[in-house]
Amino acid sequence: MYSEKVIEHFRNPRNVGVIEDADGVGEVGNPVCGDMMTFYVKVKDGIITDIKFKTFGCGAAIAVSSMISELVKGKNVDEALSISSKAVVEALGGLPSNKIHCSNLGAVALARAINDYKRRNGLPYENIPEPEDVEEG
Amino acid sequence: MNSIYLDHSATTPLDGEVLKKMMPYFSEIFANASSMHSQGQKAAEAIEEARLQVAGLINASPSEIIFTSGGTESDNLAIRGLFLRLCPEKNEIITSAIEHHAVLHTVQDLEKHYGAKAIYLPVDGKGRVNPADVEKAITSKTSLVSIMMANNEVGTIEPIEEIARICKLRGVAFHTDAVQAIGKIPVDVKALGVDLLSMSAHKFYGPKGVGALYVKKGIRLNPVMTGGSHERSLRSGTYNTPGIVGMGWATKIAKDKLSWHMEYTAMLRDALQKRIFDEIPDVFVNGDEENRLPQLLNISIKFAEGESMLMFLDMDGNIQASSGSACTSKSLAASHVLNAMCIPHEFINGSIRFSFGKDNTMDHVDKVMAIFPQIVKKLREMSAIGPDKPAR
Ligand SMILES: Cc1ncc(COP(=O)(O)O)c(C=O)c1O
Repeated sequence: MYSEKVIEHFRNPRNVGVIEDADGVGEVGNPVCGDMMTFYVKVKDGIITDIKFKTFGCGAAIAVSSMISELVKGKNVDEALSISSKAVVEALGGLPSNKIHCSNLGAVALARAINDYKRRNGLPYENIPEPEDVEEG
Repeated sequence: MNSIYLDHSATTPLDGEVLKKMMPYFSEIFANASSMHSQGQKAAEAIEEARLQVAGLINASPSEIIFTSGGTESDNLAIRGLFLRLCPEKNEIITSAIEHHAVLHTVQDLEKHYGAKAIYLPVDGKGRVNPADVEKAITSKTSLVSIMMANNEVGTIEPIEEIARICKLRGVAFHTDAVQAIGKIPVDVKALGVDLLSMSAHKFYGPKGVGALYVKKGIRLNPVMTGGSHERSLRSGTYNTPGIVGMGWATKIAKDKLSWHMEYTAMLRDALQKRIFDEIPDVFVNGDEENRLPQLLNISIKFAEGESMLMFLDMDGNIQASSGSACTSKSLAASHVLNAMCIPHEFINGSIRFSFGKDNTMDHVDKVMAIFPQIVKKLREMSAIGPDKPAR
């Protein structure tokens, strides 16, 4: 049911952990399925220099977290924000339809972390709403 | 790496002896068992022998056995058959919150389309229905009571004898879904006093797609499948001769081996449970340890998600188990059984079910424990929730 890429990220997730002195932290919990994700970012001159995550969830949730961390590391924060959950799914070689919501979850956690960084630094920021549920399936 | 199959509550492998008994009915003895000619009669005889074997396992008369396509159909026939016969005068159905979907969705369908009013009885923290609740729920409009004999997710065995006694005193028909119980624990319809009982061959080393409904003499049902009047017009459709023969032999073997099977699988199950408790902190058993199917262990591993555990067991150890976590279900809804037992969410999503069978060995327990503690450790290290950071 999962692509090779998903399995590979699930088995060897990149960037697992916590950044104690993070510049931004973003958290999301899905009330439907109980998944929880937290992203920590370190930002220098608008560039994400380090990113770590912790996830409680299924194979897809872990692979999504890992893939997002890889995609945005080294990117400008606004560039990182523009990465859609669809792009994450594509990078993973697809997800089963009932797991698409995991990618929304990841996008929200990342956006919250970046907006937390912006807020802390007096930059214009947004409050990211709860992820939309499972409709895309 | 050979597969270590620990998902026998989902389905079991077909017994080799059973397969041999089935084979001729796919080829030489293919005739329609309803045909008058000699070839048809050979098939009919085989079906009647199977009926004897099935009846023998549960202490019923052969005439009380109706062959169906499996547990789902047996549940449908029992519930729809009784309800449609008694409605609209009697339109209330009493069942429990932890039934298999074959029962729950059938009852819900009767509510939606046929004016049924259903009561879904609660269970306690161990998954037991309180017979006193059944007694209180029965009214003059009750058409039937349906409570499962043993739950498929947690293995809790329900107080069927007591519930049957109450139903009898109140003059209400009682159906039990015994799909998980058959072949795992003794089932005697006379001693239990049930009116209808569902069984499914693939849960006890028989073939898939064949089952039976025990219908006590004198209980009248409406048919669900109408057609050529097979099975006393209760279940029409050309006989699945190989399947029925297979079910017959599977029940025969189940009967002969029942006490060995109970003891052997319980020994493996208990060994796994003990080792998990010894080697993994923050775990607890879901279900009723005093009244539990012998071959089933449902255990919650706090802060480790079910699907992820299953995937690692499968990929790293070729070990197959199952989980009640939300992520493992298509609908992303966590197990209705664990919810009804009021198990907290972070435990439900960390639930894992190991169900043993006759071909498992102690070596399989060792192989699970060679990797399972590391899998849990890894997932807990990765987890966004933990002892210092509970779920929201
Ligand atoms: C308790 C229970 N009832 C009914 C069924 C359905 O049986 P079948 O798969 O034969 O339709 C199952 C198994 O899936 C079950 O565990």
